[in-house]
Amino acid sequence: MKFAVVVFPGSNCDQDCIHILRNVLHQEVTAVWHQDASLDDAQCVILPGGFSYGDYLRTGALACFSPIMAAVQDFADQGGLVLGICNGFQILLEAGLLPGAMLRNRSLRFVCKPQLLRVENNKTPFTHLYGEGRLIQVPIAHGEGNYFLDPEGLEQLRKNKQIVFRYADATGNASSEANPNGSVDNIAGIINAAGNVLGMMPHPERSSEAVLGGADGLLLFQAAIAYLAERG
Amino acid sequence: MLKPEEIKQTQAWKAMGLKDEEYQRICEILGRLPNYTELGMYAVLWSEHCSYKHSRPLFKYFPTKGPRILVGPGENAGAVDIGDGLAIVMKVESHNHPSAVEPYQGAATGVGGILRDIFTMGARPIANLNSLRFGNPQDEHVRRLVRGVVAGIGDYGNCTGVPTVAGEVGFADCYSGNCLVNAMSVGLAPHELITQAVADGVGNPVMVVGSTTGRDGIHGATFASAELSEENEEKRPSVQVGDPFTEKLLIEACLELIQSGVVVGIQDMGAAGLTSSSAEMAGKAGCGIEMDLTLVPQRETGMNSYEIMLSESQERMLVVPKAGTEEQVKAIFAKWGLHAVVVGRVTGDGMLRIFHHGQLAAEVPAKSLSTDGAPAYVPPAEKPAYLDELWQYDFQQLPDLELEEIQEAFWQLLTSPNIVSRRWVWEQYDHHVQLGTLVGPGSDAAVLRLPGTKRGIALTIDCNSRYCYQNPRVGAALAVAEAARNIYAGGGEPVAITDGLNLGNPEKPDIYWQLRETVLGIAEACEALGTPITSGNVSLYNETEGQAIYPTPIIGMLGVLEDAQKHATIAFKNAGDLILLVGELGEELSGSEYLEVRRQLIAGPGPKLDLAAEKRHGEFCRTAIAQGLVNSCHDISDGGLAVALAECAMAGRIGAQVRLHSSKRRDGLLFGESQARYVLSLSEEDYEAVRDLAVEHGVPISLLGRVGGAEFAVELGENRVIEADLQKMLELWNTGLERLLGEK
Repeated sequence: MKFAVVVFPGSNCDQDCIHILRNVLHQEVTAVWHQDASLDDAQCVILPGGFSYGDYLRTGALACFSPIMAAVQDFADQGGLVLGICNGFQILLEAGLLPGAMLRNRSLRFVCKPQLLRVENNKTPFTHLYGEGRLIQVPIAHGEGNYFLDPEGLEQLRKNKQIVFRYADATGNASSEANPNGSVDNIAGIINAAGNVLGMMPHPERSSEAVLGGADGLLLFQAAIAYLAERG
Repeated sequence: MLKPEEIKQTQAWKAMGLKDEEYQRICEILGRLPNYTELGMYAVLWSEHCSYKHSRPLFKYFPTKGPRILVGPGENAGAVDIGDGLAIVMKVESHNHPSAVEPYQGAATGVGGILRDIFTMGARPIANLNSLRFGNPQDEHVRRLVRGVVAGIGDYGNCTGVPTVAGEVGFADCYSGNCLVNAMSVGLAPHELITQAVADGVGNPVMVVGSTTGRDGIHGATFASAELSEENEEKRPSVQVGDPFTEKLLIEACLELIQSGVVVGIQDMGAAGLTSSSAEMAGKAGCGIEMDLTLVPQRETGMNSYEIMLSESQERMLVVPKAGTEEQVKAIFAKWGLHAVVVGRVTGDGMLRIFHHGQLAAEVPAKSLSTDGAPAYVPPAEKPAYLDELWQYDFQQLPDLELEEIQEAFWQLLTSPNIVSRRWVWEQYDHHVQLGTLVGPGSDAAVLRLPGTKRGIALTIDCNSRYCYQNPRVGAALAVAEAARNIYAGGGEPVAITDGLNLGNPEKPDIYWQLRETVLGIAEACEALGTPITSGNVSLYNETEGQAIYPTPIIGMLGVLEDAQKHATIAFKNAGDLILLVGELGEELSGSEYLEVRRQLIAGPGPKLDLAAEKRHGEFCRTAIAQGLVNSCHDISDGGLAVALAECAMAGRIGAQVRLHSSKRRDGLLFGESQARYVLSLSEEDYEAVRDLAVEHGVPISLLGRVGGAEFAVELGENRVIEADLQKMLELWNTGLERLLGEK
C-alpha cells in the first residue's frame, strides 16, 4: 500500500509514523510537504502529531489553510482513508472534516502517559481487527485533548456509531477518573459519517513495537492495510 | 548612549558589572577610551557567565581526553564516539537567574539554548534531561516557581519534538530565593557531520539566520553573573522569550544546511547574542569579522548598535558559509520560513568591526573578547567554618529507631519531598516522541535505541547537594559516582560526562574553596571511573541576600550499551525471583535523607567514597545485565536500602518479602545511604551464575528475600518492621508530589 504522511511546519511525529509504516510494516510511504498541492497516488493519508505552526492562534487553526489541505479534502470527499493523530486530529477538526473542537486539558497541563482505550466501533477501516469493546493501551501526549461537541452533535455521533475510542479504566469503564483531559463523553477518537476519516488523540505509532512497551496500536495500521488490500 | 568621556566620568562600567581594573584593561587593549557599544560588548563577554573568569583556571584539573572523545570542552558541546561511525553530542547549561525571576520563560529558553548548542554541532537532538532545585515545596512562591519551570521545560521540549527522558528535582531551603534550572540536551550525528564554531576563510560571508532581533534579554549574561536581590523583579526585561516553533524550524533548517556541506562555521546566538557569536567564531579562527548592523533583521524600530549587539533574542544563529553559496543558504531557510541574511564578511585582520547606519560603531580585537582574552582570577580560598562543626558530630549520641517506629519512618521517607515519585513532573514532558525511548523517566537511567545501530545509550543527570554541602570534594565525587551507578544499573558502560557547576559568589573565600574542592572531586572521580569531561557550564553567584546555595555540581552522564535491548529497569518482574544486595549492609547515617527528614539533622562528613568499589560493583551489574542474568537493577541512594526496595516493588507493581540479619543499628541499616550498592532481582536458576560472576568481580553479594505478593514487607531478624499494602504505597507515592505542591 502507499501512504502519505503530511509534514506541516512544526509537525514532530511525522518521522515516527514513517518509521512504523516503512520499517515495521514494510509499506511504501512518502512525506508530503504542506505546500505541495498533490498527494500523488497515496491510498491512505496521515496527518501526524506535533505542533503545526506552534499551535499559535488555536491548535490546527493555521495548518488547515496549508495548500495540501485542499488535496486532503478532495481525497477524503472521494472516500480516501485519512487518519489524524493528535495534532492531526486537531487539524481535521479545524478543517471541518470532523465535527467538534478541542479545548485545553481539564488540568491545564500537558499530559504524557500510557492510556487505556475502549474500542467502541470495530466496523471501521481502521479498527476492524480489534474485537468490539476491547481494551487497548495507546499513549497520549497532548496539552489540548479536551474534545468538545454540543449535545445535538454528540447525539448524532452516538447514533451513527462515530465514536470509535473512549478513554477507559482497567475494568473497561469509561469513568471520569479514566478521562485524562476532560473530553466530553470520554471521547478519544471519532470517525466521520462516511466512515473514512478518523481522528484520535492517542498515538498508535507509539504503541506499534513491543520494545517500546506495547503493540496495540499496530493493529490500527494493519487494519487500514488489510482494508485497502480488500478494496483493491 | 554615553560618550567615551562621559563613561569615564560617570564610571558607567560599574552598572554593567565590570571592575575598575577591567575597564582599565579595555582602555589598554583599545589604546583609547571605549565607546558605549564597545563597553557593553566587553561587559557581557567578560561576565562570569560567558568568560568563566573565576573558574577557568581550575579547569586544568579536569580529565578531558580519552579514546572516545571527539570534541572536548570549549566548543558549543562535547562529542563522544559511540561506535558505528556515530557520535553523541551533549551539554548541560544553567538558566538559574532567569528562572528565578520569570520561571516559565526562564526555563523554556534554557531548553532552547541548550538545544541550539547541540544542533549547531550538526547533531539532531534526541533527548533532553534536566536537573531542578527549589526551596520548600509548601511555600507558595516556590510552588509558583515549580509550576512555571516545569511547564516551561515541557512546552519547549514538547513543541520541538525532543523527548525529555530523565531528570531530577530536589528541594532544600537554601534554594528558596535562588532556584536551579539546569537543562541538558543530547544529540546524535555521524562523525563526518560534526561541525564547529569557526569563522574561517577571509572573504566568506557572515549570515544571521533564524528569528529577528529585538530588545529582549539585553545584559542577560551580566544579570546571570550577579547575586539575586529584591531588585531582581525589575530585571524581568533581562529574561528572553522563547518561541519553540521557530526553534523546531531552525533545527530542521540548520541540519539541512549542515548536510548540504556549505557550512564553514555555525554558532548559536545565546548569551550576549551577536557579540559572543561573532567574537568567538572569529577569535577561534584567528580571523576578524566586519558586520553592518543595518542589515540585521529587526523586530523593533529605532534600535541602536548597543542594543543590536547585546540583544539576546532567541532562536538565532550566526552562519559562515562558503563564499558563493549564499543563495543556497537562503533557499534552505526560506523553505522553513526563516530569515537568512548576509550581514558581513570574514576579514584577515582579527578585528571585530561593526558598522551601523554607515558609521563605525565598534572596533575591537575579536580575540580580546573571547574566553581566552578575558581576565582570569584565582581568588583566595578558605575552608568554610561550618565544616569542622559538622564533621565533629558524634553519631553515638543519636538514638536508634525503636522497632515500632520503623514503619512510621518508612512512610515518612517514602512521601518526603526528595524521595516521593516525580510522576507529576515527568508526565508533563513528552518522553516518547522520536520512538527511541526504551526506558523513560522513573528508572535509574533512561535507555535509548538509536537509528542505524544495534547499540544504545543510557543517560542520567545527578547530584546530591547535601553531600556536597557536608564535604564539597567527596560530595562532587559522589555525584559522579551516583551518575555512573545509574548508568550501570541501566546496563550501560559510563563513557563521558557533562558538568554543571552551581555555586555561590566565588569572590568570597569560602565559596571559592568550595568551588575548587568541587572541581577536584569531579576530576578525581572522572579519572577513576574513566569518564572524561566533554563539556560543561559554570553558574556562580547563586546567592540571595548573601546566603549561598549548597555547592551543586550537576553531573550529566552518557553510557553506551553494546546491545540496546540488553538493558535493565528498576522494576521487580516475577513472583518468586530472588532479591540480592550488591555491596555490604551499611549503617552510615551521615548525609542521609532519613537524618534530615526524621531527625532534622545535617551532620557528619556525608557518606564515604570508594571509587574502586564503585567501578567494581558497577561493572559487575553491567555484565550481569548484558548476560541476561538479572531481571531488575536499582542503585541504592536517597532513603537507603528500604526505599530502594520499595521503589523496585512499586515500579513493578508487585510485592516483596525481605529479611535482614544484622547487628548494625536499625536506622542505618534500613535508611542509611552507604554508597556503591545496588538491589538486583533474578530468577532462582540464574543465582549460581550471578554468584560466580560476583566472585570473579570481587563483589560482595547477599540474599535479601523474594519478589511476590501484594504486600511489601521487611523483617529484621524475627521482627516484622515494615508491612505495607502495595496499592496504598503506589497511591501515596504517585500523588505525593502533587499533594506537597498543593496541586491536589
